[in-house]
Amino acid sequence: MTTPDTAANERTDQYITPGHLACPGCGATLAMQWVLSVLGKDTVLGLPACCFSIISGAFPHTPMNVNLVHTAFETGAAIASGLKAGLEATGRGHAHVVSWAGDGGTFDIGLQALSGAAERNEDIIYVCYDNEAYMNTGNQRSSATPRFARTTTSPAGESMHKKDILAIMAAHGIPYAASASIAFPDDLTAKVEKAKHITGTRFLHILVACPTGWRMPSDMTITAARLAVETGVFPLIEIENGERTTITYLPEPRIPLAEYLSIQGRFSGMSKDEIAEIQRWVNERWERLMKTADVSVP
Amino acid sequence: MKQLLEGNHAVSMGVLRSRVQVIPAYPITPQTHISELLAQFASDGTMDARYIKVESEHSAMAACIGAATAGARTFTATSSQGLALMHELLHWAAGGRLPIVMACVNRTLGAPWNIWNDQSDSMSQRDTGWLQFYCEDNQDCVDSVLLAYAVAERVFTPAMIILDAFILSHTTEAVDVPDEMTADRFLPPLNNPHAIDLDSPRAFSPVVAPDHFTEVKYRQFDAARRALTVIDEENRRFKEIFGRSYSSIETYRTDGAETIIAACGAVCGTIRAAVDRLREEKTPVGMLKVRTFRPFPSELITDAVSGVSTVFVLDKSVIPGQGGPLAQEIRAALYDANKRPRVIGAVAGLGGRDITVDLICEAIRGLEKTKDTPQPFFLGMKK
Ligand code: SF4
Repeated sequence: MTTPDTAANERTDQYITPGHLACPGCGATLAMQWVLSVLGKDTVLGLPACCFSIISGAFPHTPMNVNLVHTAFETGAAIASGLKAGLEATGRGHAHVVSWAGDGGTFDIGLQALSGAAERNEDIIYVCYDNEAYMNTGNQRSSATPRFARTTTSPAGESMHKKDILAIMAAHGIPYAASASIAFPDDLTAKVEKAKHITGTRFLHILVACPTGWRMPSDMTITAARLAVETGVFPLIEIENGERTTITYLPEPRIPLAEYLSIQGRFSGMSKDEIAEIQRWVNERWERLMKTADVSVP
Repeated sequence: MKQLLEGNHAVSMGVLRSRVQVIPAYPITPQTHISELLAQFASDGTMDARYIKVESEHSAMAACIGAATAGARTFTATSSQGLALMHELLHWAAGGRLPIVMACVNRTLGAPWNIWNDQSDSMSQRDTGWLQFYCEDNQDCVDSVLLAYAVAERVFTPAMIILDAFILSHTTEAVDVPDEMTADRFLPPLNNPHAIDLDSPRAFSPVVAPDHFTEVKYRQFDAARRALTVIDEENRRFKEIFGRSYSSIETYRTDGAETIIAACGAVCGTIRAAVDRLREEKTPVGMLKVRTFRPFPSELITDAVSGVSTVFVLDKSVIPGQGGPLAQEIRAALYDANKRPRVIGAVAGLGGRDITVDLICEAIRGLEKTKDTPQPFFLGMKK
């Protein structure tokens, strides 16, 4: 078991304080804490519409101790491009500009702007905190929703597999793209640390378990996030310059997917065949990954 | 020193002299020449600016919002469909109180496809909270950029300078481009106290609940209204420094006029010539140019037309089911006046059709003959 880095743990609530408006057990706030614990005070967040638009409070309150620029849904990467240029033009180019977007704002409506920014290799860190549906509007499916997950707009279970956003982003040839999990804070913070020292577009895909949308008790956040990695449905990897893929955590042996599915209400009612089918999908993808990737486990 | 410049390049020169720092831009006809020249300036070091080659106008405005929030002087240019694509973010820039300046090179909106000039694009953005200045000639284009920043940065409201496609954008005129020192005297570097401060983190445009939202919007409304006074003050300062002047409205030969022809933009040049000809024929007409369309200078307009019998409004766009937007605004402004002239709305020049001196003269002569005119009537329409 990976244990949280205690030093980092002590630093976390400097930047997002108690009093935020997330649901109990929200994984997104943990992701924010870990990311900011590494990037520090000179960080400017560009925030398209997402759960965090609400989590970060209504005027005149804010739990955030870094600058936070709210913006329209599809503009996460574009506003970050402008923020970075504006900070550079006013002599503050050292500040980290982070686009902090959910899966809807990344996989769907914001993908054009994100692709544009990646193609220009804007000097920004784009973090997608992925709770696998439009949770802020009450749990509608996005193209990050896994197959068979029930949402309000996929009541019989989602028909499509999740879009491979990391591969799409890596295909732009950006210097750094990585997946990370709130259940593996050492791995997560090491990736943020690495991203911090790279110039150009850096993309972090963080799976954040969401008790509300995943329909599970609020003390299951870390368990679910951990199982996503241990079952291999959400591999922890990094891809440098669109070429070199490294697996940064090797789940051995991989836990059967059923364990991950069974603790979440959104997968309830899946048939044995469906579970087997999705297990097969995970296995195939895992094998392909093992063929192309290096394994580097600290 | 005078230079021969097309309207688009006049805008680029205004941007250069305004020492703009960030230019996110996406190409669209007919504004492309503005961005091309700015890209050249940024790449050869003529300008110390970052040119961001964004992938859409929507992202162009989003990047402008980011850069302006960071405190940089920011510019972009667009036309037609591009402006329409920005619509959501025009509201965002205005509500965020960001002093961005944008040039809109007026081109009609599809469908059907048409790349030529009318004012339907800018007129459909009139309620976004942006200041709108309509230019009459190329000198106006270069000067308006400087003036727009001067005003926008005092009232923290974005401003659109608007020029007619091809008539100005691609037509060459002799233009006096201000020298750097004089331009700097008029427009000092931007120091926005509301911009991002790394040492004092804030949330920009957060959720504002019903208990504060009205107050926020009132301040925005008030700032836009206050802009009329600020426009006047900056114009006077501009005149002192450059000797040229651009007031919110301008009148031409209105003394003793019974009919006043009102319009926005380059067509005012044609109207001047029509007024001269009609005056020669002893028809008592004058012209009212509305240069500032937002905020709408209602009082100035009411005063300017008080005592005349007819205001003939020439709109270069049409609101289906309603009429021309300028006619609508002038009618609304006159509602509170004691002596209300009748307002006749005419629509002309749609999708690039020429508005000629003859066409205007004929319409005015027709007015004299018939008192009943359908509203709005479409000038010069084929039977
Ligand atoms: S819906 Fe999910 S991601 Fe959103 S605030 Fe609640 S727990 Fe967090």
